[in-house]
Amino acid sequence: MSADVSVDVSVDVSADASAPGRPGAPERAVRAGGPVRPVTAVLARLAGWDVAVIALAALVIVLASVFVDNFGSSRNFTFLVLDLLPIVLIALPMTFVIATGEIDLSVASVLGLSSAVMGYLWNQGMTIETIIPLCVLLGAALGAVNGLFVTALGLPSLAVTIGTLALYRGLAFVVLGDTAVADFPSSYTSWVTGTIGGTSIPNVAIIIVALAVVFGVLLHATPIGRWTFAAGAGEQAARFAGVRIPMLKFWLYVATGAVAGLTGVLWTLRYSSARADNGSGLELAVVAAVLLGGVSIFGGRGTLPGVLGGVVLLASLQNALRLSDVSNEALNIVVGALLVASVLLPNVTQAVRAGTDRFRRRHSHPTGSPPLTAAPR
Amino acid sequence: MPPDSTGPLLHVHNVSKSFGVVAAVRDVSIPVYAGEAHALVGENGAGKSTIVKMLAGVHRPDTGSIDLAGRPLDLRSPADARAAGIAVIYQEPTLFPDLSVAENIAMTRPPRGRFGMIDRHRAARTAADLFARLGVEIDPARPARGLSIADQQIVEIAKALSMDTRVLVMDEPTAALTSVEVERLFAVARSLLEQGTAIVFISHRFEEITALCARVTVMRDGQHVSTDLMADLDVDEIVRRMVGRDLSALHPQRTAAPGEVMLQVEGLGRDGVFEDVSFTVRSGEIVALAGLVGSGRSEVVQAVFGVDRRDRGTVRVGGQRLRPNSPRAAMSAGLALVPEDRRLQGLVMDASIQRNVTLPRAGSLARVGLLLGGAERRSAEEWATRLQTKYHRLSDAVSTLSGGNQQKVVLAKWLATMPRVLIIDEPTRGIDVGTKAEVHRLISGLATDGVAVVVVSSELPEVLSLADRVLVMREGRLVRELDRDEATEESVMFAAVGQGPQPAATAESASTATSEPAPELEVSR
Repeated sequence: MSADVSVDVSVDVSADASAPGRPGAPERAVRAGGPVRPVTAVLARLAGWDVAVIALAALVIVLASVFVDNFGSSRNFTFLVLDLLPIVLIALPMTFVIATGEIDLSVASVLGLSSAVMGYLWNQGMTIETIIPLCVLLGAALGAVNGLFVTALGLPSLAVTIGTLALYRGLAFVVLGDTAVADFPSSYTSWVTGTIGGTSIPNVAIIIVALAVVFGVLLHATPIGRWTFAAGAGEQAARFAGVRIPMLKFWLYVATGAVAGLTGVLWTLRYSSARADNGSGLELAVVAAVLLGGVSIFGGRGTLPGVLGGVVLLASLQNALRLSDVSNEALNIVVGALLVASVLLPNVTQAVRAGTDRFRRRHSHPTGSPPLTAAPR
Repeated sequence: MPPDSTGPLLHVHNVSKSFGVVAAVRDVSIPVYAGEAHALVGENGAGKSTIVKMLAGVHRPDTGSIDLAGRPLDLRSPADARAAGIAVIYQEPTLFPDLSVAENIAMTRPPRGRFGMIDRHRAARTAADLFARLGVEIDPARPARGLSIADQQIVEIAKALSMDTRVLVMDEPTAALTSVEVERLFAVARSLLEQGTAIVFISHRFEEITALCARVTVMRDGQHVSTDLMADLDVDEIVRRMVGRDLSALHPQRTAAPGEVMLQVEGLGRDGVFEDVSFTVRSGEIVALAGLVGSGRSEVVQAVFGVDRRDRGTVRVGGQRLRPNSPRAAMSAGLALVPEDRRLQGLVMDASIQRNVTLPRAGSLARVGLLLGGAERRSAEEWATRLQTKYHRLSDAVSTLSGGNQQKVVLAKWLATMPRVLIIDEPTRGIDVGTKAEVHRLISGLATDGVAVVVVSSELPEVLSLADRVLVMREGRLVRELDRDEATEESVMFAAVGQGPQPAATAESASTATSEPAPELEVSR
């Protein structure tokens, strides 16, 4: 007698009507809750990760508003949004890339090269209106190079983008050297740092909201989103279902590059300074935010609201700590710890669940056989 | 069981084993006597493999016991089973190709020389002694790579003997052997029997069972049906007990009225994998692609569908030439492929039932590029219900379903694309018998509705009961085309292994029951 077969969750499907009247296999058709429920519980728990992160972000904001001086000020709010701008923008396409099981570590270098080229072209006397689209295109082209290496040559994205991380940053220094270009027109720089009307909401929030909506819809309500998750969760099955995985991944890298290029422009305008080292190390904050938001590093799982929650959690925590005079080194420790925790926690949760499950089974089964999820051949 | 000399040496005693909700084996008892070969027969999925795995120490029975010489065994690992004197030989030998034959034999218990180093000379002598005992000539010094499958199995047997094996379990050892090789293997088995070893023998070939075994246990749907002396049963009766119905029921009579050619494959080739494959399938026709595992069947259908490369040849669907290497082009031409490996190729295991059913159609279900308003849910629900899939919620991961229901999800996924040509690779592998019958009815129904169906299957009864025509592949080539009337287990198997049909084994009837055991299998040495 198996103690597992206690809950019968049979559905109103009249399937047994077709089963031949053979005396052999009656119970086999019964769907039992026992071995099924823990698995779905774990999945439900993981699906709830994004909700948890959003709640945690809200909690940090509330606590910081109460306990940290100036955190709740409208001026700080503006700065907070401006600070998270580069992270949130790049995190949007990065969510897709990571959901397919790949990664792009070159984004901060693309940002830097875009900034350097922007300064160079401005020095050459080009207009800002020409430079901005050129920088976005440059980002797209740099992303396409990553994409070609990963898809056409089949190289591991981790290795490729570590390589282009160094390569693109090096090119940025070739373009601009150690100098900075600072004399950008104030009509542009003040728009980026300015706020909407009399509110404390920065103008760039419009860009954030617009892109977040576009990428959110793309991920959760279009075929591209379905293919993205399928490619990450079961590459072969996706291929057998007609998903053109190389093409999908290629365009995701292009999109990531384009957004990083645009972010380079915004970064330059915000600080009125085009420098080759702009955005150094930003890729880690972006990846941390995406993973913190519940996107699986192995691909196949995640939500965009969760990623937005991850970005806000990370940014508000950093902001609050900085206001509390915590050093930059300590801030890095916090980011690193959050990154490790976000990768570790889902696995720990799963392991604990599996452990207690096995324990429970051992004590309900006389023979104490371990749970086997795979059906026998 | 009290230990006594007349009792069985190995007694599988009322064992049951479940995997999740699926009961693989229920209350099965098998007595195996010393010096006797005991056949274990049943259809695929009857539970034979589970019994073997319990004897091998891979699985532990939930209830019941396995007794050796009257003493219950507690086999927690393959090492326990070996220590108890039970050796298992599988269809695919598991030798290390780059080690010598002698080293392979000494692998589990290498003879130690000075300083704990392995004593190669002693290992070679041991191997030579064992081969002499078995009456075979294999050079112990040669590498295992390059040995024929039969010789590799004999090495496995020698390996088993080196560990004082009392019970030898042979799980379909002959599936890939020619009849000459089978003779050689049986000669070795007989000499073991004379030395008092008990053998558990699993095979789908009745002539081998009747030639070697003294006793036979029939299993069906994980349950014990009967254990008898071989002499008391004829083959027809065994088959009846295996399938639990009369043989005529195996052939659902479908009045096939094939229409126009739907799938036309010409000169298909891929370097080193398959060559010069040409066939056509008409609307309303079921064509089976048979052959041994590794003969290139799956590779051919995957190249037809475009997930695998093809180097030569053309594929036409409904007269239209298909672009190579593009599953998407194949899908829009009306081709669908239910792949061989359900868990890897057929399904995204962690994704929901709904996402899996609608994945190939994500593009066509979208309105102005958006998947909103439950179009996916409605479609998934419709097709899951049509196939009588049992599920809790459409949002559950497919990994929570049983094998049979997973297969139904794969079928739903592809039938929803409304294919004109449906290719199904191993339609019923690893699913329970009830679902199997449903799937078979479904396939027949689809053909009746005018779909051109290609079935790839390793199960001969399935091939024979479903197919209007059988194409047999061997070593990457189509070697035989058999009409429904010509196709028998023998004719298909002979073509698959590359043996001319031998006079005594040629069966004229279209029944799946084998003829009398072929006399040339009566080995005397």
